[in-house]
Amino acid sequence: MLLSEYKSKELLHQYGLKVPSGRIARTADEAEAACAGILSGSYPGIASKKYAVKAQIAAGGRGLAGGVRFAATPSSVRDEAARMLGRNLVTQQTGPEGETVASVYVEAALDLKAQYFVAFALDLDSGAPMLLASSDGGVEFEQKARMDSDTVHTLVIPDEDRVALTAFLSDLGVDEAAADPILAARRAFLDNDMTLLEINPFAKTAEGDWVAIDAKITLDASAAFRHPEFETMLAEQAIPGVEAEAAKSNINFVKLDGDMGVVVNGAGLGLATNDMIADAGGKAANFMDIRTTATSFDIAKGVELLLKDPKVKVILLNVHGGGMTVCDTVAEGVAFAYSRAERKLPCVARLAGTNADWGLRILKDRKVPAEVVSDMTGAVKRAVALAQGAR
Amino acid sequence: MAILVNADTKVLIQGMTGRAGTFYADQTMRYGTNVVAGVRPGRGATRHLGLPIYDTVKDAVRETGANASLVIVPAPKAADAIIEAIEAGIGTIVCVTERVPQHDMGRVKRALQGSKTVLIGPNSQGILTPGQCKIGVMPTKDATAGGVGIVSRSASLTSEILARCSAARLGQSTTVGVGGDALHGVGFVECLKLFRDDPETEAVVLIGEIGGREEEKAAEYLCGTDYGKPVIALVVGRHAPEGRRMGHAGTLSVLGALSAEHKISRLKSAGVLVAKNADHVVDTVLTALDRK
Repeated sequence: MLLSEYKSKELLHQYGLKVPSGRIARTADEAEAACAGILSGSYPGIASKKYAVKAQIAAGGRGLAGGVRFAATPSSVRDEAARMLGRNLVTQQTGPEGETVASVYVEAALDLKAQYFVAFALDLDSGAPMLLASSDGGVEFEQKARMDSDTVHTLVIPDEDRVALTAFLSDLGVDEAAADPILAARRAFLDNDMTLLEINPFAKTAEGDWVAIDAKITLDASAAFRHPEFETMLAEQAIPGVEAEAAKSNINFVKLDGDMGVVVNGAGLGLATNDMIADAGGKAANFMDIRTTATSFDIAKGVELLLKDPKVKVILLNVHGGGMTVCDTVAEGVAFAYSRAERKLPCVARLAGTNADWGLRILKDRKVPAEVVSDMTGAVKRAVALAQGAR
Repeated sequence: MAILVNADTKVLIQGMTGRAGTFYADQTMRYGTNVVAGVRPGRGATRHLGLPIYDTVKDAVRETGANASLVIVPAPKAADAIIEAIEAGIGTIVCVTERVPQHDMGRVKRALQGSKTVLIGPNSQGILTPGQCKIGVMPTKDATAGGVGIVSRSASLTSEILARCSAARLGQSTTVGVGGDALHGVGFVECLKLFRDDPETEAVVLIGEIGGREEEKAAEYLCGTDYGKPVIALVVGRHAPEGRRMGHAGTLSVLGALSAEHKISRLKSAGVLVAKNADHVVDTVLTALDRK
C-alpha cells in the first residue's frame, strides 16, 4: 500500500522530521490560495517565498515525467496546477496508461545545499531495519542506483545505535545533525509496519536544516489488522484503478498493454505463462495471480475486469490446481463472470492438477465458450493464434 | 535418503483444530506422513482427528518426540507460533500461512539466529519427499520418488514442473518451496547444500523468478564450489515490465526488480543449465543426466 507524498511527509513530520510547508490542492484556485499559508508559515513545516507544484500519483518516476514544477509567484503556481490537474501522467512505474492527476501538492521550494537518498527496509538476512543511503540524491537516483549498486551504502541498525550511525554518516560526508532525523525515520518505519520508507532527496538547506523534501512510504497491507488507521490514510488519498479493485478481491492484478486476458493461479505460474505467451509472439493484457485465499466470487471479479476491457480479444485460462486453489473454484469464478458479461470472449482453457476434470465439467455445463487444450504449451499457442485473428 | 524430512520424521501441526488446519492435517495424514500431535493453546488434553492436542509446542515435543512442525496458524499469530516452535527446538518448521506481516518475519529471522532450526516459508507450499513425508499443502497426485531435487519460489509452477518431470519418468528426491515472501527461512543456497550431500539426489532443479536475490546467491555459491551434480534452472518473468510488483511480495527488491536476464546470465556463468521456459525444463534435465 503506497502512501502518496504528502501523506508520507505528514507521517514523518509527526515523528519530528522537518518537511517543507505545504498543502494539498484539487483545483487551480486551491493551489493559488495555498501560497499565502506557505509564505506565512501557517501550515506546519518550513516556509519559503518560492513554490513547488507536485502531481500526487501513486507511482514513482514523477520528476522525470514533468510531474514536478517550480514557480516563483502564486499566479504561476496556479498556471502550473491548471496544466497538471486532470492530465494523464505516464511514468516508468505507472504502466502504459498512466495515472490521472487528481490533486497536486503545493509546497515551499527551499534552497538546497546537498541532496542525499535515504531509505529504510528490513534486511532480508537478519530481519533488522536497514538504512540505505547514497550521496547521489535527487530525481535521477533510481536510474543511477540500478546501473551501479555501489552508489548505495547500507547499515543494519538492530538497536538505536547513534555512535555507529554517526560513523556511517560521516563516511558519506553527512554531518552529525542528520542522525536524529534518521533515527526518527527508523522509529516511524518500525511503528507503522512499513516495508519501505524512502526519503529522496533528504536534503540540507542553506540554513543548515536537514529536510525530507520528498518521501514515499509503502505500508504492509498484511499488517492492516493491527493498524485501523491505515484505512483512513488510504481513503483520504484515494488511489483509483483496476489494480486496486482487483486487490480487494484477493487477486494480484497488473495491467499490461497486450490483448490476451490471462487467468492463472500463483505468481510463478503467472510469470511463466506470460513468458510463454511472449515467446509465442503474443501479448498479455495483464498479469494475474489468484491468491490462495480467493473465493470463486473473487475470481469472477478478476475475470470481469478482463471481459470489460475492450482491448482484450481472448481469455487464456491456465490453472494448475494445488493444495489451496483447486480447479473447480477457478472454473466456478470464470463461469460466473461469463454468465454476467455482455462480451462472451473466446476462451482457451487448460486445467491440470487437483479437481481438473471437475473444473472442465463446470465450464461445459455453464456454457463458457471454452476450447479445452490439455497442455500448457498448446493452450498458449492456440490463445495467441485466436488473438491474432485465427478461427 | 532425501533432504530434511523422511518416513521417520515426526510431525506436529500448529493450528490443527481450525478449519484449514483440519483439512490439511487430514490430507497430510492420508498421504502417510507420521503426524504425532496437534498444538492449539487452550485445547490441551483434548483429541482431534484421533491425535492428542497440546497447549504448547514444548509439551507436544516432550510427550511425542516431534521433530518437525507444520504451522497453519492465521497470519496475525503465525510469527509467534513459529518462534514458539524455534524455542522448543523443532528441527524443521514449515509455515504455509500467507500474508504474514514483514516486521513479524523480522522477529522470526532474529529468533532463528543461533538456532538449529530450518524454517521453510512462510507463504510456502511446504516440503515433500514422495512416498515418505509431506509437510505442506501441495498436491501429491503427480509426485513420484526418484533422483531430482526441486527447490522453488512458486507453488503452482512447482506443481507444473513436477508433473512434467514425473511424466518423463524423472521422480523427485525432495521438493522444497522456499515461499514467495521477501523475508523467508531457507533459501536456494541452503537447499543446494543439502541436495549436494544427499546421495539419492542426482540433479537439482531451481525454479526462480524476478526480484529478490535468491538466484544471485545461488550463482555465487555454485561459482565457488565444485558442486558435482547438474543444476538446472528456470527463471520466470523475462517479459514482466520493470519496476512493478508481480504477485509475490518478494518480486520487488529495494533497488527495483532485478531482471530475469541478469539472473539468468549469473546462473549460466556459474555453470547452471538454464531452461528457456517451462517447456524446456524436462529436456534439459534429461540431457544433463544423459538419459536422452
